[in-house]
Amino acid sequence: MTSTLSALLYLAASVAFIMSLRGLSGPATARAGNLWGVVGMAIAIVTTLAQPNMSVSFWMLLAMAIGGGAGLYIAARIEMTALPQLVAAFHSLVGLAAVLVAAAAFYSPASFGIGVPGAIMLGSLIEMGLGTAIGAITFTGSIVAFCKLQGVKSPALNAMPMQHPINAVLGALCVILLVWFCLSGDTTAFWLLVLATLLMGWFVIIPIGGADMPVVVSMLNSYSGWAACGIGFTLQNSALIITGALVGSSGAILSYVMCKGMNRSIFNVILGGFGTDAPGAAAGGAAKEQRPVKIGSAEDAAFIMKNAASIIIVPGYGMAVAQAQHALREMCDLMKKEGATIRYAIHPVAGRMPGHMNVLLAEANVPYDEVRELDEINRDFAQADVAFVIGANDVTNPAAKNDPKSSIYGMPILDVEKAKTVLFVKRSMATGYAGVENELFFRDNTMMLFGDAKKVCEDIVKSMSGGH
Amino acid sequence: MATQEFVDSATALANEAVGLAQKAKLLAEQSMLVKQVAESGHGDMLAMLLTVFVLAVFVGYYVVWRVTPALHSPLMAVTNAISSVIIVGALLAAGASAVGFSQVIGFIAIVLASVNIVGGFAVTQRMLGKFTSKKK
Repeated sequence: MTSTLSALLYLAASVAFIMSLRGLSGPATARAGNLWGVVGMAIAIVTTLAQPNMSVSFWMLLAMAIGGGAGLYIAARIEMTALPQLVAAFHSLVGLAAVLVAAAAFYSPASFGIGVPGAIMLGSLIEMGLGTAIGAITFTGSIVAFCKLQGVKSPALNAMPMQHPINAVLGALCVILLVWFCLSGDTTAFWLLVLATLLMGWFVIIPIGGADMPVVVSMLNSYSGWAACGIGFTLQNSALIITGALVGSSGAILSYVMCKGMNRSIFNVILGGFGTDAPGAAAGGAAKEQRPVKIGSAEDAAFIMKNAASIIIVPGYGMAVAQAQHALREMCDLMKKEGATIRYAIHPVAGRMPGHMNVLLAEANVPYDEVRELDEINRDFAQADVAFVIGANDVTNPAAKNDPKSSIYGMPILDVEKAKTVLFVKRSMATGYAGVENELFFRDNTMMLFGDAKKVCEDIVKSMSGGH
Repeated sequence: MATQEFVDSATALANEAVGLAQKAKLLAEQSMLVKQVAESGHGDMLAMLLTVFVLAVFVGYYVVWRVTPALHSPLMAVTNAISSVIIVGALLAAGASAVGFSQVIGFIAIVLASVNIVGGFAVTQRMLGKFTSKKK
């Protein structure tokens, strides 16, 4: 295969990847988009295997078959609620693969056409060093993210005292090692750089809390793209560079969307501290808890919703934890039969990864045309008879609008309090992740339904069908 | 005797010279290789690759903003799958004719990237398969 032909084929692969992302602009074209991605990947792999200096062995095909088989098995078995963990785990594999490829290029640069051992060009060393560093950070960072999402408890996952100063020193060390490696091309420098950046990835993610994981996962998504880019520069392969840039910008945009959904900067998320500051607010919260709340039963809820014409469901992470999406959809089906219009309102940071709620609702066969984003539906709460909040808390808290002292002040929220009745499904009176008391619980038009989200939905279904 | 000794040492010297010449030739060839690689317009190449990179970032920016928020999870899964195009590097390392350390880690990287490629596309397909509209 001539170099011109392979360059053109790599270009074709890149175009296929762009088409793949383009397909995701709407649910109708999304499946075709995924196919484009598969096509692009096939072109890239076959083109590489057909390179003139390539000795394709049985072992290479076997390696692909083993990896592919494992991937297929995992993808077929995974629960949709565990998607964020899965994605984090996958990111760690990309990171590790990037480090390995960079190491391979470092030890036998001739097979990549970038010089001979000990005499690699400066440009290639810089690209290789950056690719390695980003790859290593992605690898360990994703492992920590995976453990946090999976709920793994381990002392190794607890932030150390002085974590941020330690991270700053370690970060400076990483930069020094990177410069040393680029200037010397030294083997020791390479492995020290790998070691330092592996530690860096681990330490940076440790202090970040569980509910900030959507941002972290998006950020690591972005990093895995930039790592691929770095390797692409080393290999002088445009397909890798283009794909890496697509993935990198995609992850960056998702992180931005998530941060905006919480009215926080990316630095604020990385430096953590959400929910751990403001002891005064916590004390105030304790005093407030003495106020009376209206507690309802499943029968009350069933009665209210039976007489409602318009119902908006606000799902949150609690719904995912309780696996309540199927029971919820069953409940909504019944209410539709009673003549109510049902819509779902999704906050940008609901769930543990961007778009997580949409996938869970889709899994429960909720048509996607009933599912709305914050901007699309927020004005409609004023006309709604019932807002049914299930497993969400902070994203409905009016304090984000009214209380400048609140740590979530400025965060865009769903205006559920404007609905005629707010039904709030919750396990207890505990505060949400942000540790902020939700003033909504004490409003006159709010009725609390205490219990497991799934159980509450099932009980409402029972009492609705029993009433006939 | 003295003549013989002279001839012997001359022969030895000649042999040594030939050996040195061969070494010199080898060195020259190697340095040529290094020079060739270095002069194959790495500067121009870098500029071109940077052009590709910057344009691709712009394409990515505009394409991704068009993705509907409802599909952000599949977007993440699919970008995860395509970032494993890094398998290209792993294949190049593993397919080198000389067996060595790089080849071994190349193989490991192939396995890791393959998990991601197949797993990523498969899980995206599973997710997307669940998105249905009202009119069936």
